[in-house]
Amino acid sequence: MLKRLFRLIVKELQVTAGDKKARLMLLVPVLLQIVIFPWAATLEVKNSTIAVYNQDGGPASFEILQRLTHTPAFERIIAVHSDGALQDSIDSQQALLALRLPADLSRNLQAGRPATVQILIDGRHSNSGQIASGYVSQILQTTRFEHGVRPMSTVNIRNLFNQNLNFKWHIVPSLVAIITTIGCLTVTALSVAREREEGTFDQLLVSPLTPGYIMAGKAVPGVLVALGQAGLIVLAAIFGYGLPFAGSILTLLTAIIFYGLALAGIGLFISSISASQQQAFLGVFSFMAPAVLLSGFVSPIENMPTVFQWIAWMNPLSYFIPLAKGLFLKGFGFADAWPFLWPMLVIATCTLAVSLSLFRRHIA
Amino acid sequence: MNLTPSLRRLLALCRKESYQIVRDPSSILVAFILPVVFLFVMGYAINLDADHVRVGVLREDPGPAAVRFEQVLSASKAFEVHSGPSREALVNRMARGDLRGVVVIPRDFSIRMAQGHGKASLQVLADGSEPNTAAFVGNYVQGAWESWQQGLARDQGRTQPLGLEIRTRSWFNPSTISRNFLVPGSISVVMTIIGALLTSLVVAREWERGTMEALLATPVTRTELLASKIIPYYGLGMIAMVICMLVAVFVMGMPFRGSVLVLFGVSTLFLGSALGLGLFLSTVMRSQFNAALAALTAGYLPALMLSGFVFEISSMPAPIRVITRFISARYLSSSLQTLFQVGNLGSVQGYASIWLLALTVFWIGLTALKTRRTLD
Repeated sequence: MLKRLFRLIVKELQVTAGDKKARLMLLVPVLLQIVIFPWAATLEVKNSTIAVYNQDGGPASFEILQRLTHTPAFERIIAVHSDGALQDSIDSQQALLALRLPADLSRNLQAGRPATVQILIDGRHSNSGQIASGYVSQILQTTRFEHGVRPMSTVNIRNLFNQNLNFKWHIVPSLVAIITTIGCLTVTALSVAREREEGTFDQLLVSPLTPGYIMAGKAVPGVLVALGQAGLIVLAAIFGYGLPFAGSILTLLTAIIFYGLALAGIGLFISSISASQQQAFLGVFSFMAPAVLLSGFVSPIENMPTVFQWIAWMNPLSYFIPLAKGLFLKGFGFADAWPFLWPMLVIATCTLAVSLSLFRRHIA
Repeated sequence: MNLTPSLRRLLALCRKESYQIVRDPSSILVAFILPVVFLFVMGYAINLDADHVRVGVLREDPGPAAVRFEQVLSASKAFEVHSGPSREALVNRMARGDLRGVVVIPRDFSIRMAQGHGKASLQVLADGSEPNTAAFVGNYVQGAWESWQQGLARDQGRTQPLGLEIRTRSWFNPSTISRNFLVPGSISVVMTIIGALLTSLVVAREWERGTMEALLATPVTRTELLASKIIPYYGLGMIAMVICMLVAVFVMGMPFRGSVLVLFGVSTLFLGSALGLGLFLSTVMRSQFNAALAALTAGYLPALMLSGFVFEISSMPAPIRVITRFISARYLSSSLQTLFQVGNLGSVQGYASIWLLALTVFWIGLTALKTRRTLD
């Protein structure tokens, strides 16, 4: 019987990666994503443009402009000469941020009177606008004018696990999870649907293989694809992006296998309720897109409304992403990883059991 | 009816394609249900404005000033404060992901506070594996600390050191709610899904099932074949667009300040380029599995990552900025953000339209080139 299973797995692998185009489609997108996305996915603000309406022209405004030019967040400073032009620079998205330095700025500061400057943010990009205005505020507050020296800050901030808050260190471990999700789910979900569309599924059913074996034969290639793709990204992470890998490799392997099994269960479940490849693929997509967004990858789970938090806790990605980060950045061992591993195992067991029963019903 | 043979053929093909759409529950799911689910997830679950961040506080000092500062932190809506027995225990909880940061109020805090302004210090440890949240924790504690000190100084009647007062105003989106820019962005992702993902399967399916051979045996021309694939899915896409707009405006309470006509024009051009991309992949791949993966890679993921609605395009390195120019979701996303929050602006939607038109011509033209009326 084991021999039969082995033969079935070999056949499935040949179908999955047999022709050249399919092999390329499992490899090239992964490479493209690993080259492009870590550079793109950053919430830092760099190279943006600030518009400045300098009504003052005195020493204080000169000082501020000097410091702004030396900030990497702002590549370009546009000087505007009226309120209308200031507003226009934001409306037309020429500038992310606009700064108005009032006419009495230098005079007030010299006389020891309080002075006010105004920052305008493009609300269409309120997140990056706020980040950029944070940079400007810091510049304004730390600029030492002739009068009014502010005390040094006495809050000592240290970022553990990722000292420089490098976004790539956050994004690359998350990509291990996201990219393998796409690969493993499509392979498992579309394989049964394809057999059904082509009519070869009936042939499998009349063979001496039991539904359990057929399912195992479909799940194993998915897990292998997940392992292969994840391995590729982990190598790129360590050698290409210079991430530390502080955790244990064996735990990472276990994690990928558990995660792959959970995905295979979901893929087979989608497969067993869809009649065609189109349905299976759209099913995969309907699961995957919300799952990626609800995994805490874009914004933390605890910020979500309660209902979404419940859904997030049923999502295998919510465990795999923090686990991958823990393994890369926090030096997780098996004991640290266990709280993330067992929920994935539970999800895998549930989804595999449900799809097995659906498979059985198809046969009966 | 007196129709030219060509028009009759086109209508018949469109009818066939529409039946295929309507009869398949999955395309209805994607056109009607998925957009709503996606908008709700994007609008309510994704919240870039951090609040209720779980933060641990270790107060080593029993003195009154330290107790008061801990109360300041507990009272803030941004934090959910958990006190802990030791630094090690709290840092361990942070490693597990239970806490996003730890604030340490040192043993000599109250004594130093009594010595005068600027003498006492705090330590913040943040979980750098979540850079956005870590930066928020650091900045927030810093801000709370500074305003608390200023408040104390005022109460004691001391003159504060003079500084600049900074008034920040956010144009169009005064309360800076991230939903207001995430929703327009996610509509463009939804439209990409419908445009590129659904059509990526249709031509490949005809090849896989062998019905393409049957079609090629008829007098149908290349233009008719392409048009019959584009028109029904364009209709489906516009219906989804209407649903998205209705949900965004009436359920989620987004403002809409632009004109419907401009919206219609930009969406039409966008759908042209997205459908073109989907059909191109489908025509080239000829297998549903490969076309599906290609559409995810070239359609959905770039719309999510490179369209500039979560991650700012200007912050990306130059080669990647060049790539984003060819992502049509980028133009729809910026047009929609402006339509929702500002109105009609030639410099935004006009510019977007030119690019979208170019991309439409590019993808549909490429598909036409690759569509052959032969079997191999």
